[in-house]
Amino acid sequence: MIEAMRWMLWREIALAMRRKTEVLTTLFFFIIVVSLFPLGVGPEKETLSQIAPGVLWVAALLASMLSLNRLYAEDYLDGTLEQFLLGAQPLALLVFSKILAHWLLTGLPLVLMSPVLGMQLGLDVDSILLMALTLLIGTPALSLIGSVGAGLTLGVRGGGVLLALLVLPLYIPVLIFGSGAVDAARTGVGADAHLSILGAISVLAALLAPWASAAALRISLD
Amino acid sequence: MQIFTKAFWLQLSSPKVFYPVAGKLAPWFAIAAAILFVIGLYVGFFVAPPDYQQKDSYRIMFIHVPLAWMAMFVYIVMCGYAAIGLIWKTRLSTMMASALAPTGAMLTFLGLWTGALWGKPTWGAYWVWDARLTSFLILLFLYMGYMALENAIDDPQRASRASALLGLVGIVNIPIIYFSVKWWNTLHQGMSVSTSGISMEPSMKIAMFTLAFAVWFYTIAIALTRVRSIILERERHAAWVVDLAKAGGR
Repeated sequence: MIEAMRWMLWREIALAMRRKTEVLTTLFFFIIVVSLFPLGVGPEKETLSQIAPGVLWVAALLASMLSLNRLYAEDYLDGTLEQFLLGAQPLALLVFSKILAHWLLTGLPLVLMSPVLGMQLGLDVDSILLMALTLLIGTPALSLIGSVGAGLTLGVRGGGVLLALLVLPLYIPVLIFGSGAVDAARTGVGADAHLSILGAISVLAALLAPWASAAALRISLD
Repeated sequence: MQIFTKAFWLQLSSPKVFYPVAGKLAPWFAIAAAILFVIGLYVGFFVAPPDYQQKDSYRIMFIHVPLAWMAMFVYIVMCGYAAIGLIWKTRLSTMMASALAPTGAMLTFLGLWTGALWGKPTWGAYWVWDARLTSFLILLFLYMGYMALENAIDDPQRASRASALLGLVGIVNIPIIYFSVKWWNTLHQGMSVSTSGISMEPSMKIAMFTLAFAVWFYTIAIALTRVRSIILERERHAAWVVDLAKAGGR
């Protein structure tokens, strides 16, 4: 079982490494969206550093959501997904590996890129580190929750926009606590509570989302 | 008595048996809702005394609060039906879930709308980004996603199962709505009705609960009417529906 999970993880990463553009596109989307805000709001450093946590989190949300359809779409089209469903290994565990790979390829690059963007937006060092930490704890939840939506919209008309409608409302708690942590630290309340809740959301999502995604895939491939 | 046997209740889960029952029950719930609306609105607008702080503007509470309660309650009931349909594969449960979704979305929208109208005189703004308002907006999004997913999938079986799963995932949001008052201490006033003691005049209580029942019965009447159409649509190849159509739809 562990073997199958590890195999799935390597397979996903190997597939993505052969087509690096997809991974890089998500990252550049993140960078572009963040760069649009100073152009739209104005270059005042005060304003920018004020809205920076929210901007980074919203951009991360959108980037993560847009990369979701590559989670199952290709395996669905070439029939691999059906083999996974028929196989002896528990589908939820395979799905968990796929989600983990998805996070390593889309979530983690965002976390690593966020300090640079935070600097651009004029955040101080403490806020930048905290920001990266919230993204590190929070983005796995985005991949996990999103995989349920990706499974449900598989092969559905207008899947992309529908996916946004399904998944973004469920992302909101992550957004609130993720960007709220930096604000809480600034006002001196301390970010511990926010980080704990964010961690709790991720853990809960890790527990439930693979099963829900597996159920969604079974419904979609019925 | 026939009504006390398990078989009597179980046969109601058959669309064929339920279709005429729903048709008989719906008008009674509609009448009850209309009567309760009239009583509740009369007591709320003419009998209940003005609030010492908010004067008369608080009276929208009699409409706003029942709508908001019902909007959340309908989501839970809808997900309950969806879950039953997903687990036991009963056709009627998924039809009931589909029948409740548009009403739930409408109640949520009206809840937000009346809340905005109440917010203007009370807080000086139609909309504030407070936790409860925001989570109610999320509830509206969840209803919209539920209906959008159901409509996007052509096969009704798959559509109802997919939206059922989405509903179950979204129900995580209901506790967040309910406890958001405690989680974030913001502009929104505390709950008017609590289990420890109700901070209202008796006539206000009467108006509010009468209207709560009115909205409830209205929802039941509408859902029963709508589920009849859904039954006909999804069972259109069944022999009894064909016979019904030949007999003139009675």
